[in-house]
Amino acid sequence: MSDHRDRGVVWLGAPSFPDAARGALKDTQLRANLRRATATIRDKRLAVASELDDWEQLRDAGAAIKRRTSRHLDRYLVQLEASVTAAGGIVHWAADAAEANRIVTELVLATGEREVVKVKSMATQEIGLNEHLAEAGITAYETDLAELIVQLGDDRPSHILVPAIHRNRTEIRDLFAAEMRHWGRPAPEGLTDEPADLAEAARRHLRSRFLTAKVTVSGANFAVADTGTVVVVESEGNGRMCLTLPETLITVMGLEKVVPTWSDLEVFLQLLPRSSTGERMNPYTSTWTGTTDGDGPRTFHLVLLDNGRTDTLADPVGRQALACIRCSACLNVCPVFERTGGHAYGSVYPGPIGAVLTPQLVGVENAASLPFASTLCGACYDACPVKIDIPEVLVHLRAEVVESGTGGAEAPAMRAAAAVLDSPRLLGAAQKAAALGGRALARHGRIGRLPGPLRGWSDTRDTPVPPAESFRTWWRKNREGER
Amino acid sequence: MRIALFITCFNDTLYPGTGRAVLTVLERLGHTVEFPRDQTCCGQLHFNTGYRPEAIPLVARFARAFADYDAVVTPSASCAGMVRDHHPLLAREYGNPGLQRQVEDLVPRVHEFTELLTDVLGVTDVGARFPHRVAYHPTCHSLRGLRLGDRPSRLLREVEDLDLVDLPAADSCCGFGGTFAVKNADTSAAMLADKGDAVLDSGAEVLCAADNSCLMHIGGGLSRRRAAVRTMHLAEILAATEGAAP
Ligand code: SF4
Repeated sequence: MSDHRDRGVVWLGAPSFPDAARGALKDTQLRANLRRATATIRDKRLAVASELDDWEQLRDAGAAIKRRTSRHLDRYLVQLEASVTAAGGIVHWAADAAEANRIVTELVLATGEREVVKVKSMATQEIGLNEHLAEAGITAYETDLAELIVQLGDDRPSHILVPAIHRNRTEIRDLFAAEMRHWGRPAPEGLTDEPADLAEAARRHLRSRFLTAKVTVSGANFAVADTGTVVVVESEGNGRMCLTLPETLITVMGLEKVVPTWSDLEVFLQLLPRSSTGERMNPYTSTWTGTTDGDGPRTFHLVLLDNGRTDTLADPVGRQALACIRCSACLNVCPVFERTGGHAYGSVYPGPIGAVLTPQLVGVENAASLPFASTLCGACYDACPVKIDIPEVLVHLRAEVVESGTGGAEAPAMRAAAAVLDSPRLLGAAQKAAALGGRALARHGRIGRLPGPLRGWSDTRDTPVPPAESFRTWWRKNREGER
Repeated sequence: MRIALFITCFNDTLYPGTGRAVLTVLERLGHTVEFPRDQTCCGQLHFNTGYRPEAIPLVARFARAFADYDAVVTPSASCAGMVRDHHPLLAREYGNPGLQRQVEDLVPRVHEFTELLTDVLGVTDVGARFPHRVAYHPTCHSLRGLRLGDRPSRLLREVEDLDLVDLPAADSCCGFGGTFAVKNADTSAAMLADKGDAVLDSGAEVLCAADNSCLMHIGGGLSRRRAAVRTMHLAEILAATEGAAP
């Protein structure tokens, strides 16, 4: 097992969630961008999911396939390796971020190229591949439209599906106009912020890349164990360009992306587009099996990335996070994500799934604020196409944070409260004290601003004054006749 | 039928009127209810904040206090959910076989207030009169936890002269979340602001819910904004007989 800190995933120096959220909450433009974008996708998703009579059965099937696969993950991965190899591909195993980066960098250097195009890969963001390639003198060009926006802005992705969801059209136009020239073909003069114009500018910029690139680094949505087929699902077609034009294709994929057979894949190809973009079917589904003479890349490498996944698998409650198909439905329904945006989660995996996946990949002690970045409202669980019980995992991880002793100063207070609550006599005494203390603080029947740890609460909410008589006291006097 | 009140530590301390309202409604319907004095708290705060072993004595106390009753009723969706979903889990994880049996035996008899009325007692008209414009906020634990569905609105619609108005974006979380409101106070406040706007947009005079904790949060925000909207627990509306013929 590698040292957790070596695993990438969390941005170095990431502040705790409440601190990171504070800045985002002040950014009214960001909140407006987010609200508009998430509400649109949310409504589309509900509409297309409700078209299918068997949507709930499909979710059950998806969850069951993922459960079964994770129980026998070792077997399916070995099978995948054998079938990829038989089809002419080369499989590499990477225990952590450092190993994966080294493998990919060596593979690129061996081609003699110094430029790669990239598509569809959260795994490579997780390990910080672009930065490592840059250190070796290799430039990586992002080709997803939203990734391109993030790259041009020297920014971080903030959403699984729409990494630039925090940007609006005007911001994107300004970015294209200022930055595209440094990365290749400049933006046309007088670029407007019309979506069609922006897309056209990106298309022209990227086309020159596709036609010259010799090496692609991609991610994978799925890999089918029994045939060795790798699958990428996308909307723009840029992925298809990347996956077919270059001579060398290097795919970096998390261990958990394997599915046993094509009939299992069928379930996810229905669940994923509906849950992510709210479409019945995604525009482009690319599949490839090893290499084929005279067609597509000459060399295919598959890098299987662990980076904390087998540790996650060992936890019977937490392992369900590995079932995630990265559809982003949980982000789009999450009231916390809607306000704070993705950057507050300090990781390439934001939102509810990030709050349960990141701490498991890097160790809870390195992301101790994330399991608490939720009200446990349950909207994510209802939305998840593979029924990951995110609230259950959050609460489970909170217990691990407390056990790890990185939870802060609340432990003595919680233990004292437990002792009071285990005794009707002590509880009664505490209620009397609360009533007295509350009345001392109150004005006009309300308690206003409070000092200490309750300050944040009392900045925006009044607190009710505890009544002089608790229910138990009232009952004793009025129903049992005690004084 | 022997019915026991589980009033919850929070309601007991801060909202005793809710407990009295539950009592009023059930007695009006002809039931005798008891308040087992050994009860304290379901352990939700500790469980949700990550202090699982600390919750175990509270689980055991709950199972002891209510063991002898045919039905246990509580005016808190989140506490009912805690008992139903998490007591068995905690008993399995940390308890002895005796506690596990006790918990599993008790759990099916624990009901949230609107469940007891509609499902167990089979009533929706509880003889209330409340001539006001009311909006109902489905708290996350009643909506997605217990799946109370339309039980609360079925009850509210039978209340004489009550005008039930729609709450915009009703199913979005108010931002309370127990310790979330303290640990992530800024995010919580942003969610609260939106919920407060929705309440004002609804035109309601009274906002009700099946959880006083969320109501304390929303009501605290409305009060800070000097809004005239009152918050009341659903049980208090069902107990009301304002202006009704005696
Ligand atoms: S956790 Fe579920 S809803 Fe969230 S991204 Fe993963 S699959 Fe989608």
